[in-house]
Amino acid sequence: MPQYLLSLIQPDGPMPAPEVLGPIMRDVAAVTERMHAAGAWVFSAGLHPAETATVVRPAGEDFLVTDGPYVEAKEHVGGFTIVEAEDLDAALAWGREVARATTLPVEVRPVASPGV
Amino acid sequence: MPDVRTPDVEAVFRESYGRAVAVLTRLLGDIDAAEEAVQDAFLTAVQRWPADGVPPSPAGWIVTTARNRAVDRLRRESTRTDRYRAAALLADPGPPPGEGAVRDDRLRMLFTCCHPALAPATRVALTLRLVGGLSTAEIAHAFLVPEATMAQRLVRAKTKIRDARIPYRVPAEADLPDRLAGVLAVVYLVYAEGHTASAGDRLVRTDLCAEAVRLAREVAGLMPDEPEVLGLLALVLLSESRRAARVAPDGSLVPLPEQDRSRWDADLIAEGQELVRRCLRRGAPGPYQVQAAIQAVHSDAATAADTDWRQVLALYDHLLALTPSPVVALNRAVAVAEVDGPAVALALVDALDLPRSHLLPAVRADLLRRLGRDAEAAEAYDAALALAGNARERAFLERRRAELAGAG
Repeated sequence: MPQYLLSLIQPDGPMPAPEVLGPIMRDVAAVTERMHAAGAWVFSAGLHPAETATVVRPAGEDFLVTDGPYVEAKEHVGGFTIVEAEDLDAALAWGREVARATTLPVEVRPVASPGV
Repeated sequence: MPDVRTPDVEAVFRESYGRAVAVLTRLLGDIDAAEEAVQDAFLTAVQRWPADGVPPSPAGWIVTTARNRAVDRLRRESTRTDRYRAAALLADPGPPPGEGAVRDDRLRMLFTCCHPALAPATRVALTLRLVGGLSTAEIAHAFLVPEATMAQRLVRAKTKIRDARIPYRVPAEADLPDRLAGVLAVVYLVYAEGHTASAGDRLVRTDLCAEAVRLAREVAGLMPDEPEVLGLLALVLLSESRRAARVAPDGSLVPLPEQDRSRWDADLIAEGQELVRRCLRRGAPGPYQVQAAIQAVHSDAATAADTDWRQVLALYDHLLALTPSPVVALNRAVAVAEVDGPAVALALVDALDLPRSHLLPAVRADLLRRLGRDAEAAEAYDAALALAGNARERAFLERRRAELAGAG
């Protein structure tokens, strides 16, 4: 079964207040539950803010370690889910559910080589 | 990949390329492989038909030959999966698919080409290629981009369809209204670009207009029960009926009130108006049907002075309720000028915000001209000229500006 990466595009900055975040987290948990029930869920994770990221890049024989994130932007990937779906329409249906629950844009991208 | 075009095969190519690719895509599960097989079949046709004669059912012959070519190719390339696929294809040689099956495949192709996951410009190019059967060179020429650029755009699109697995399927009932709107927008875009080319020397790109009419007929043939599909066909036909009258012998633009109505195409008008009546009987109006109805009112008027502007305005009220956009509001204001006078219309236009379009200052200029406010009209014509990209539209605006009393 093909897999898709659903990336949550989150604006940088402080987390929403608990009274805002609470219902969102409940909705997200419900979507994850539906993914489990449908046998579509493969993996998901929420990430710490982008300013906690560190970049390692090859520099000749050595490596250069710098403060991240890799791309300077006002929004970064804040979390992701991998789902199994038979085609893009099915993956987009999950994408819509995640977008509705989180109120954030979701990038849906096909996985080329699962498990590699 | 060869582009098969010889006089003998040309007509069959245009007629059957989209059909054959649609059928083969279902059989092979891949658009590229389908196109390759169909190109092979046309190459064989070029070699054989001059000597053997054109077969009784050229379209069916192309599909059968393309399927055989695909089997040959899969055997030659012969990875294990390909051999299985060749075997599966051979096991089901069957007669060429009937009209109903072809219709289903063509619908699948149409919805795949117009999938919302593809960029709008890409949807248009794919549809012209895979549904309309235009060559890459023709599409590139139509949109004034280099052939290599268009070829790359098509390759990227087909890669995305394959890798992201955009399904080859007619959408489920629940998604159909949204997805159908996407398909109709593609046909409308092709017509709009043909009707007034956004750039270049010619006002009308006849080739694109003809292609849009063909696509609209095709889509109406595939979905004859969708009122908006018929509405779009009617809109395209009624606009097309005025093409000859809209361009003067020197290539300049002739606005609707000044057109020689004897040069309108009576057959296209009759066909378009009949479609509008059919839509009215359905009683499920949508934006394309209402736009077609507006064009039908204009088509009814023997002279510009006979135009039933109250009817036009009522239809624009309806259209604005269905699709509240500044462009519709601007067109409605033009009708208001005829019913309630240019001063009332000007107040409406001045309340609109339509940046980067030459249409708003052009309408404003015309209203100011009719109100005798020539200095302000000249300024508005200048604003419109700064934004208009089509050389013929620019010439028209320049002419109007020069006609102003004391224009400097």
